[in-house]
Amino acid sequence: MPAVSKGDGMRGLAVFISDIRNCKSKEAEVKRINKELANIRSKFKGDKALDGYSKKKYVCKLLFIFLLGHDIDFGHMEAVNLLSSNKYTEKQIGYLFISVLVNSNSDLISLINNGIKNDLASRNPTFMNLALHCIANVGSREMAEAFASQIPSILVAGDTMDSVKQSAALCLLRLNRTSPDLVPMGEWTARVVHLLNDQHLGVVTAATSLITTLAQKSPEDFRTSISLAVARLSRIVTSASIDLQDYTYYFVAAPWLSVKLLRLLQCYPPPEDAALRSRLTECLETILNKAQEPPKSKKVQHSNAKNAVLFEAIALIIHHDSEPTLLVRACNQLGQFLQHRETNLRYLALESMCTLASSEFSHEAVKTHIDTVINALKTERDVSVRQRAVDLLYAMCDRSNSKQIVAEMLSYLENADYSIREEIVLKVAILAEKYAVDYTWYVDTILNLIRIAGDHVSEEVWYRVIQIVINQDDVQGYAAKTVFEALQAPACHENLLKVGGYILGEFGNLIAGDPRSSPLVQFNLLHSKFHLCSVPTRALLLSAYIKFINLFPEVKPTIQDVLRSDSQLRNADVELQQRAIEYLRLSCIASTDILATVLEEMPPFPERESSILAKLKKKKGPGKVPDMDEARWNVNGNTEHSENTEPTNKAPSHPFTDLLNMNSSPAAGASLLVDVLSDLSSPAPAPTTGPGPTDVCEEHFSRFVCKNNGVIFENQLLQIGLKSEYRQNLGRIYVFYGNKTSSQFLSFSSSVTSSDTLKTQLNVHTMPVDPTVEGGAQLQQILNIECLSDFSDTPVLNVQFRYGGTLQNIAVKLPVMLNKFFQPTEMTSEDFFQRWKQLGVPQQEVQTIFKAQHPMDTDVTNAKILGFGVALLTGVDPNPANFVGAGVIHTKNTQVGCLLRLEPNPQAEMYRLTLRTSRESVSQRLCDLLSEQF
Amino acid sequence: MQFMLLFSRQGKLRLQKWYIPLCEKEKKKITRELVQTVLARKPKMCSFLEWRDLKVVYKRYASLYFCCAIEPQDNELITLEIIHRYVELLDKYFGSVCELDIIFNFEKAYFILDEFLLGGEAQETSKKNVLKAIEQADLLQENIDFQMRLFAGVMVPNLVSESSGLFQN
Repeated sequence: MPAVSKGDGMRGLAVFISDIRNCKSKEAEVKRINKELANIRSKFKGDKALDGYSKKKYVCKLLFIFLLGHDIDFGHMEAVNLLSSNKYTEKQIGYLFISVLVNSNSDLISLINNGIKNDLASRNPTFMNLALHCIANVGSREMAEAFASQIPSILVAGDTMDSVKQSAALCLLRLNRTSPDLVPMGEWTARVVHLLNDQHLGVVTAATSLITTLAQKSPEDFRTSISLAVARLSRIVTSASIDLQDYTYYFVAAPWLSVKLLRLLQCYPPPEDAALRSRLTECLETILNKAQEPPKSKKVQHSNAKNAVLFEAIALIIHHDSEPTLLVRACNQLGQFLQHRETNLRYLALESMCTLASSEFSHEAVKTHIDTVINALKTERDVSVRQRAVDLLYAMCDRSNSKQIVAEMLSYLENADYSIREEIVLKVAILAEKYAVDYTWYVDTILNLIRIAGDHVSEEVWYRVIQIVINQDDVQGYAAKTVFEALQAPACHENLLKVGGYILGEFGNLIAGDPRSSPLVQFNLLHSKFHLCSVPTRALLLSAYIKFINLFPEVKPTIQDVLRSDSQLRNADVELQQRAIEYLRLSCIASTDILATVLEEMPPFPERESSILAKLKKKKGPGKVPDMDEARWNVNGNTEHSENTEPTNKAPSHPFTDLLNMNSSPAAGASLLVDVLSDLSSPAPAPTTGPGPTDVCEEHFSRFVCKNNGVIFENQLLQIGLKSEYRQNLGRIYVFYGNKTSSQFLSFSSSVTSSDTLKTQLNVHTMPVDPTVEGGAQLQQILNIECLSDFSDTPVLNVQFRYGGTLQNIAVKLPVMLNKFFQPTEMTSEDFFQRWKQLGVPQQEVQTIFKAQHPMDTDVTNAKILGFGVALLTGVDPNPANFVGAGVIHTKNTQVGCLLRLEPNPQAEMYRLTLRTSRESVSQRLCDLLSEQF
Repeated sequence: MQFMLLFSRQGKLRLQKWYIPLCEKEKKKITRELVQTVLARKPKMCSFLEWRDLKVVYKRYASLYFCCAIEPQDNELITLEIIHRYVELLDKYFGSVCELDIIFNFEKAYFILDEFLLGGEAQETSKKNVLKAIEQADLLQENIDFQMRLFAGVMVPNLVSESSGLFQN
């Protein structure tokens, strides 16, 4: 039976909870809750002042109702009142309510902060702990502003109780996570490091977490923690298990602290000091040795705690990646876990080994476990474990085992869970390409992929096989033969038809000598599947047909008949209809020579990063894909192959035109050639490109915050310069496009795009430009700008042109920011402070503290503030080292007055910037813009 | 640790602790999604799963699931033992704890958790020290109405599972 008696029973609460539990339906529950809410509301509103106990009880009921998932919109004030009670349990419930519900009601924050302040000052450790817990639980910016500077002194004061130190350390950790700018570094940091030496292991446990977080932020300041952490760790791992008394957990000495210390050490490279380094190596060896000792207990808690430390030690060994013996020992240990009966350990071993595989010292050792891992793939019952096995096979793959691994992954794919099929397909495609010694194997593998898991083969994968076949002339005949054979199957996947159509359209001639695959047979084979496929595939097949007309004049009449049929010429789909009409006309009027030129074989694709690899990275997030040798691959394959397939076309590979990338139209590279890959977004046969999303360049953007003229973008081809002038809410930008090459830019165009929000805030009107820019010439364009209301987005300038047959897309953030619409305002000291006080509502002020990124030179700072657009007011601030400015932002709808103050602290190399305006959004935006300038 | 959830086999949330700022709507969404995912898993499966860009570590004690979301580089096994130590603390405090204790004394469950974990990190791992802190606090309170103690055990028709000790299976 439950022990409700424990602690301070609240009878009314217990009755209420059991009432709720007795409700037979959701409706009954809601009804009971509403009744209770009405009751509590009337008690809170009643004339009779409630005693502390009742208040606590009702607040606790409200909390219970909230935790059940209902909204609570009152009672906050009563909870805040409880904070000032001197009865512990009342205070405690008040704090709990605030910790859970404070986000929804922040107007009470100053009252709450006041309660916290009193408790922090009370010198009563239990009250102080409650207050610190509350700050750590809420962690809001307001609390950070109020307390972040006070807590460090509580933490390092000599007379603070241990339990308060522990709370203070983790409270500071939380504030540092939520508002790192508000936690001041200083003299206390050195003393915090010494908490690693504290007698009380609880204090060390809490402090280690704090130090780790701070060390991640500024490793240099906490470098001294390395030696202390190693010393502490060494004492723990060599201690007899009883030494640490209650910190020993199931015969494992201080497992939590050990894990935290090992985590802290992962913020740093291996220690340089030889003695320290060997002491650490000893610790790690001891931990590895302990793994081999017989267990001191059969309880799973014992092995979990022991192995938690072991895995963290292995993580540190991998992080250092410098001690071959340790790496190999780690690998052997993990190898044992691969066959452990605990699923958890098998999972972790597979995961951890994945990172070991990327170390040169342990790659070979990892490879010896290949059979166990393959077995895991086949026998593990938990899909998350199988997923880890796939990852590990991928990571351990190299030239020596690639055939085996690819074959195993393919066979696993037949029964794999749907959730991970696409990823396996990508991995197989990458491995097959990377380790292809001969490309027939590669082609077979990809066709197998399509056969087994066609639905999960993304466009990137089948684009890629086509790229490779186009670029490798020794595999083209084989590819044509193989796809022809694969297409014989009565039911084949549409992706196979796409690949088949493309390859036969390009290289069908290579197998046409065999009567079994004569031109007509090839055509009939493709066309027999035509009516069953989707529109994009049919469009692709039509392009393959026109290519057939060029390759095989003998089937021209047959194909023309097909193109001429009503189902093509009058197709409801406009794209198919257009292709049919245009291809038919082309085949009728063009001479053989012209046809041969227009429909010539595709040129090799330029080198680029594999689009599949990019996709896998995107899927898994950066850093999750073990880097295999190099990030950029030669589409022409491995080095063994490159000598016979040197690409004839060494067009500069350009990041803006990834031809086979899903996002940009595939036809971009072939100016004259019909590209059968063009998808529906690009009308055939003369492909024009719809620009895909391009990386927006903002490299020089921030330079323009405080100035109006300069170069905003430059690459090998093009330079873009700006000259801008602003008056009130209007502006004009002269954009200069300089052609740095000696040849023409054709189809030159440029436009400005804005987000939907920005469109309502800022008008940008672009003057048209000449479509041709001669080599070495400069083109000018005028942009007229009108600011309608305050804004924080940025318009983007999109430039597009054709250079040497390649379409170039460039996108640049246009430096039109809110501060451009400033008019400076001179005012006296008196006026300034009067205005400053008027703008005293918390939302109107935005403040930030930041580290100086440039030398702190007064003249430069003056110039920047003037460049920002405000008047620089001298003699206003009592401290002459501070900078004070004032100005008015002009927009069409309104004018916003703005005051700013910048306080440099040369000792700490920090600034504090404060902005007050009548609009919160304006204050925030201006603060963001200006704070990056110093 | 980013958050900890306790929920029953029926999917009822018994305790929620968030160490990252999220709006209520998002919290509810995460809870719904995660409760569903964890309840769907079979007994012998691994205690860890990748979920969004986090790792979830969970363990079942009798009728209750304890479930923590940690960051990818955090240590899974030590998180499992955080869960276990928390259950031990509850067990020691309530005396053979069961789900009902946590329902009726939810505030105590939160207080104990705050003494053990703060800001998502272990604050005090010694069982003695945590319980000492809680018991000291209990001593500070006003006199308890004696009737209330008698009242406690008799009033609720309970589901059997909710009153079974967490350490039984």
